Amino acid sequence: MSLCLEARQLACERDDRWLFQGLDLDIRSGEIVRIEGPNGSGKTTLLKILSGQLSDYQGELFWNGVAMREVREHFLANLLYLGHAPGIKAGLSPLENLSWYQALSGEKSSQEGSEERRLIALENVGLAGFEDVPTGQLSAGQQRRVALARLTLTQRALWVLDEPFTAIDREGVAALENQLIAHAQGGGCVLVTTHHELTASPLLRRIVLA
Amino acid sequence: MPMIEHQGGMMIAVKATLMRDLTLLLRHRGEVLNPLVFFALVITLFPIAISPDPQLLAIIAPGLLWVAALLAALLSLDSLFRSDYDDGSLEQLLLAPQPLAALGLAKVAVHWLLTGLPLALMAPLLGIMLALPAGSYAVLALSLALGTASLSLIGAIGAALTVGLARGGVLLSLLVLPLYIPVLIFGAGAVQAAILGDGVSAHLAILGALLAIALVLAPWAIAASLRISING
Repeated sequence: MSLCLEARQLACERDDRWLFQGLDLDIRSGEIVRIEGPNGSGKTTLLKILSGQLSDYQGELFWNGVAMREVREHFLANLLYLGHAPGIKAGLSPLENLSWYQALSGEKSSQEGSEERRLIALENVGLAGFEDVPTGQLSAGQQRRVALARLTLTQRALWVLDEPFTAIDREGVAALENQLIAHAQGGGCVLVTTHHELTASPLLRRIVLA
Repeated sequence: MPMIEHQGGMMIAVKATLMRDLTLLLRHRGEVLNPLVFFALVITLFPIAISPDPQLLAIIAPGLLWVAALLAALLSLDSLFRSDYDDGSLEQLLLAPQPLAALGLAKVAVHWLLTGLPLALMAPLLGIMLALPAGSYAVLALSLALGTASLSLIGAIGAALTVGLARGGVLLSLLVLPLYIPVLIFGAGAVQAAILGDGVSAHLAILGALLAIALVLAPWAIAASLRISING
């Protein structure tokens, strides 16, 4: 089954100013969609609407052809959203943080192989050896990487990433880009905002907000 | 990539949230100790300021203990969702494919375990300082244990509504205090009745009923309030 997120005639107003009006969007399996626009053009707002977080907008959202409010649970089970705030607890170790996220998607932390998945996820983002250090003692980039470890931790088809490259070093950016492309090639799809230049790829599509 | 059907696992998520919050708060003990220290300080000051006369103190002790415990619980409410809001965990909690009401209830349970329950256990000790007549200590602890659970549940609604505001503390108190009054009346009433030798079961039963209502209704109100606060 391929996934498909559609938006019809989206419009959103903030402080008597239309951020966007009459926006039609189709996001399908195998695509990386990059939302572009200057600061304050409503990129984050659009991502929040598309990930079902905001309700004060006009227009309609469809998930696999069904109105979003009817299939919200199924949508959320397949969504991975990373916002500006990383959603990582400074007082917990990276491993503890990840096991909470596993539990949120209904996976027991004592389940077979889940500890292994956590370790692999952390190793993938270059945090091997930092598993048990309180996250608050890590650098800003490393904390961000703990959040990014969620990308490999749980299988979610739709990734919605708001500025995922913030505070990440150059090698990290390249690795993350490859990960996005691999995810799209594997049939997933990525919705991303960034001020970084992404390497051109046939999978990449741009949406520009004025 | 295959799509995932929602697998349930609500109890796993609730348990993990419980354990996570307990771990976090036990690592930051200051936050847990604050309301307890406040409670002890207030109760210590009263005999000094009013009079050390045990007969006078015994009359006002039930009310004093209950008011101080209520304010201590109120003081700790602001931080209930604050840190989760600041680091984005709350946003992720709302996006979890689990019922938000259940996850919110887990957070409230942790608040009660580390605020309400210790206050209830500490109250008899402070009762000695106020010359609380013997025989009412058990009722005091029990009424506080029951009452503070309601206070945590009701207060969490206010905390959820004000979490998006930079300085929501005063507003939170104004929102929540009127709803606290029934709990206060029957809680202090139970201790008073125990001192006078009347039956306490009626008061405790009403406290229990209030808790039952709060348990049924508050989780939904907390979930709705969180959605309003986060999504504007």
